[in-house]
Amino acid sequence: MATIYSIKPLLAVIVSLLLIPVLISSRTPNIREGWTFAIALAKFLIVASMVPAVLLGNQIVFTVAEIIPGLAIRFKVDALGILFALVASLLWIVTSAYSIGYMRGLKEHSQTRYFCFFALALSATIGVAFSANLLTLYLFYEMLSFATYPLVTHHQDREARSSGRKYLLYIVGPSIGLVLPAMLICYHLTGTLEFTPRGFLAGAASPLMTAVLLFMFIFGFAKAAIMPMHAWLPAAMVAPTPVSALLHAVAVVKVGVFSIARVMTGVFGVDLLAGLHLGTIVCYIAGFTVIVASLMAISQDGLKRRLAFSTIGQLSYIVLGVALLSPKGMTGGLVHIAMHAFGKITLFFCAGAIFVATGKKYISEMTGIGKRMPVTMVAFFIGSLSVIGLPPTGGFFSKWYLVLGTLESGQTTMLIILLTSSLLNAAYFLPIVYHAFFCSPEKAMFGDDIQEAPLWCVVPPVITAAGSVFLFFYPTLFVRLAELAIGL
Amino acid sequence: MDPVIAFIIAKYNYWMYIILMMIGLCGMIIKKNLIKKIIGMNIFQTAIILFYISIAAKKNATIPIIAHAHGDGHAAVNAAGIINPLPHVLMLTAIVVAVATLGVALALAIKIYRQYHTLEEDEIISQIRE
Amino acid sequence: MNSHFPALIIVVPLLSAFVIVMAGWLNKKYCFPLAAAALGSSLVSAVAMLSRVMDSGPFTYHLGGWAPPWGIEYRVDHLNALVLVVVAAVAFINLIATRAIVRADFPEKTGSFYGLYSLFATGLLGVVVTGDAFNLFVLLEITALTGYALIGIGKQHAPLASLNYIFMGTIGASFYLLGVGYLYLATGTLNMADLALHLSKISGSTVVLAAFLICLTGLYMKMALFPLHAWLPNAYACAPSAAAGIIAPLTTKVMVYVLIRITLFVFTPAFTYAHLPLNQAMIWLASLAIVMGSILALSQKSLKKILVYIIVAEVGYMVGGLWIGNRISISGSILHIVNDAAMTLCVFLAAAGLQFKLKGDSFIALRGSFRKMPYTMAALVVGGLSIIGVPPTCGFFSKWYLISGALTAGTYQFVVALLLNSLVNVVLFFRIFEIGYFEPFPGQDSHRGQKAQAINEAPLSMVAMLLLVSAGLIALGLFSSDMVTRIILPSIPAGIL
Repeated sequence: MATIYSIKPLLAVIVSLLLIPVLISSRTPNIREGWTFAIALAKFLIVASMVPAVLLGNQIVFTVAEIIPGLAIRFKVDALGILFALVASLLWIVTSAYSIGYMRGLKEHSQTRYFCFFALALSATIGVAFSANLLTLYLFYEMLSFATYPLVTHHQDREARSSGRKYLLYIVGPSIGLVLPAMLICYHLTGTLEFTPRGFLAGAASPLMTAVLLFMFIFGFAKAAIMPMHAWLPAAMVAPTPVSALLHAVAVVKVGVFSIARVMTGVFGVDLLAGLHLGTIVCYIAGFTVIVASLMAISQDGLKRRLAFSTIGQLSYIVLGVALLSPKGMTGGLVHIAMHAFGKITLFFCAGAIFVATGKKYISEMTGIGKRMPVTMVAFFIGSLSVIGLPPTGGFFSKWYLVLGTLESGQTTMLIILLTSSLLNAAYFLPIVYHAFFCSPEKAMFGDDIQEAPLWCVVPPVITAAGSVFLFFYPTLFVRLAELAIGL
Repeated sequence: MDPVIAFIIAKYNYWMYIILMMIGLCGMIIKKNLIKKIIGMNIFQTAIILFYISIAAKKNATIPIIAHAHGDGHAAVNAAGIINPLPHVLMLTAIVVAVATLGVALALAIKIYRQYHTLEEDEIISQIRE
Repeated sequence: MNSHFPALIIVVPLLSAFVIVMAGWLNKKYCFPLAAAALGSSLVSAVAMLSRVMDSGPFTYHLGGWAPPWGIEYRVDHLNALVLVVVAAVAFINLIATRAIVRADFPEKTGSFYGLYSLFATGLLGVVVTGDAFNLFVLLEITALTGYALIGIGKQHAPLASLNYIFMGTIGASFYLLGVGYLYLATGTLNMADLALHLSKISGSTVVLAAFLICLTGLYMKMALFPLHAWLPNAYACAPSAAAGIIAPLTTKVMVYVLIRITLFVFTPAFTYAHLPLNQAMIWLASLAIVMGSILALSQKSLKKILVYIIVAEVGYMVGGLWIGNRISISGSILHIVNDAAMTLCVFLAAAGLQFKLKGDSFIALRGSFRKMPYTMAALVVGGLSIIGVPPTCGFFSKWYLISGALTAGTYQFVVALLLNSLVNVVLFFRIFEIGYFEPFPGQDSHRGQKAQAINEAPLSMVAMLLLVSAGLIALGLFSSDMVTRIILPSIPAGIL
């Protein structure tokens, strides 16, 4: 297990930051979008180039600067980080393409601002993925919160304003009020914030203090949308769909669960958590969120809102998996980061495509749309299979590992919760698909004038849906990375 | 009772300056007329100046000027017989500061009068509230 | 030349003040270059002194060649030098940034304004560099008087606000003078280093304790620590923008510097921290100041008023950090002097620019400001994030040290107050950002289809300085570790844990 010193992590983070001035000064939209593609591709290639070294068991480290005596902004690329970074950077390429179609299709305003803040948000996401210590993670976490605010409130209308307030209240409030003091207390108790394989908090704090710190982190990283810190996510659906797709299916929310996973493994450590039975408590909290979110999803008529509640539930799967503290469970949770990302982003792309093509946002208005937009709805079907956890999609693997994990750790309640929620997932997704395709001609709501959304909006969901299927047949990369991450 | 009275009489300079200071402070806080407040401020500053001067005084001591001293001014001096000149010097500066403050305050009071046509604080506040 | 910097740093602006006023009678155009040259030279002196202190340690300068304790001694150590650079830099940057505003606001009084400005800078620089307790009083009063005048030439209620400031400021300075009088009475000397030596021998005496408390009260009045803050909101909010840009960032911070100087270097840590009830009471007072500043800011309806109450809260940070009494928290306090001066400068300059172009700073006037003045608002965003305490801006780091110090000392009320203040600052600043971002400015229907013609930015000198200061906030944050290890930690006396 060697440590390689290389500037690649820093490059991966800042390549999009550096090109923001280029974006601002682009003379035509095509140049601007061309550069966005180039940046996304460059980021993905840099991240991908670090994968082979990590697969061999090495870590890539780069220290930027010491900003507090004893603490530095440091990047460390290990299996967990690169799993997340790979997903985020790959999906950004696809989302850039989708953004072009969406923003142009709806003639949105302030597109340059949109693309710039998108680039900034992705920098922050990769920064979180590659953080070597809590301070760096906190820095990029906050950067992400503030970089995504203009994206969420892009439409600048009344709804955006109140959603923006909820966003700030639920995300910035807990991070300043809970994560910052928790981080400072950890530093005060142990003198370090570096993520270590077995955690560094063992023995430094009383069991009560350890539990309190754990809960401060879990509820403080509100991007993970663990209840009751979830209310921002449905509100954030006022954002343009590409924002909802990448950020709220992939980047922002996964940053939240990634941070929780990182803190649970790198700060507390599996042994400490198991010894204090904190894993079980977190399982129950996550399990509660899973069930309640799935139930709430069923009652939503807005398609994006239903997807938002689905995301809340799925995120807690990841936390549940990590909290099971057993090898299979943790592997399942971490692999779900990737599988859910592909599935959910497909669903959001389809929702956006439907909006661009028909202007419809509500599920009750989408009867019979399958006949008019078959490609989109097939992609939607595949995406929902992945989220429900059925073969032949990648989501099956993560669910499978999670189920095995509950058996491994003897948490039968969790097994019941997992199976129930899968049924609930089916209950809120499959009817959409059914009513889209199979309905009598009188009930069909769409005439012949409706056809597929522009190509830029249709090809990305097809790509990501194909990705979900591909991951069913070749999940090894992500499974291997997850296993390395938990130390197998 | 006697020791207390003796104590008060012995430290009479301190009591004087404290009383003056309190008068000045009360004037600044209680009075509503801006000029009276400014006068209160001046009394307050004067009290402190008096305090410094009073600590320079000594019993049976003379003023700190040496007669016919140019040329051989290095003869030893009996310090106990000469009052301390340093606080007086310091207070020259403090008096200048007090006068300058008084000047600025009065200039502002003139400007306020031109603006509000009154120097009573409560009337000014009621004018502002409108 | 090299060794005379301590004197030059105040003599040059002092004499140029008179030259500027006279030049103003000849031709108003000469005033700005003269003032810029004077303050520029002070900045150069300050930087030169800082590098000298960092290389070879503290040094002294005897004014007029008279040896202390009879002569006035200027002693430059790490703490001094750092604050000098901050004061000189803020004065210089504000001068350049507000050039157009001064030209517009005071066309006939330009000479007097720049003269007063130079004198104000002289006073502040002198307060920081001096090593004599009475000399400090004199320079303090120079600062105060010019400050009263600079505030008094503003519009609306500025004369009344300035008069109220005179009353409270005079009480504060007089208390300080009284305290120094007691110290002189007890020790016979006015030189700070000499005082420290004598005071350590008589530390049990009532006179010394009385002097300590009176000096503290006077300084608290001058730095507007709650509840002695009543003069500050009106005075700073009504001050003309060009003056507010130098008065607001610097006055209270320099007073905090004086507090640190008096408590740690004259009265020595052994005496200052010996009275536990007093320390605890001060920490509670500081926490209260932070909380009350935040709460009072929430009810304000104009940008400047909000910023002014934020200053009241920030004073609580520094005072609390000092009284907590360990190395980390005092480092945090000193670092916050630097950081807060920079952050306050940034937000006040932005507010000045907004007020200049939008003809007001109430919530109504600020509508759509992101569209109209994007660079100014960008600087306000960076300043706001710094005040909230978001890394990597500098505000985060001073909070880090202060909270770490409080955790070490077990003063959890201070930690809670700091976190609460951060959260309230989020609300305060995002209210402004929301109005600037969401509300369409008059004449605009919706946000769709608006082009860049709507931009009506502040003058170039202002925008350039704003961007410089915003970049500076991030640079200060990234270099805070260097500053702490190389300048701040060496400046704290050895007796503190």
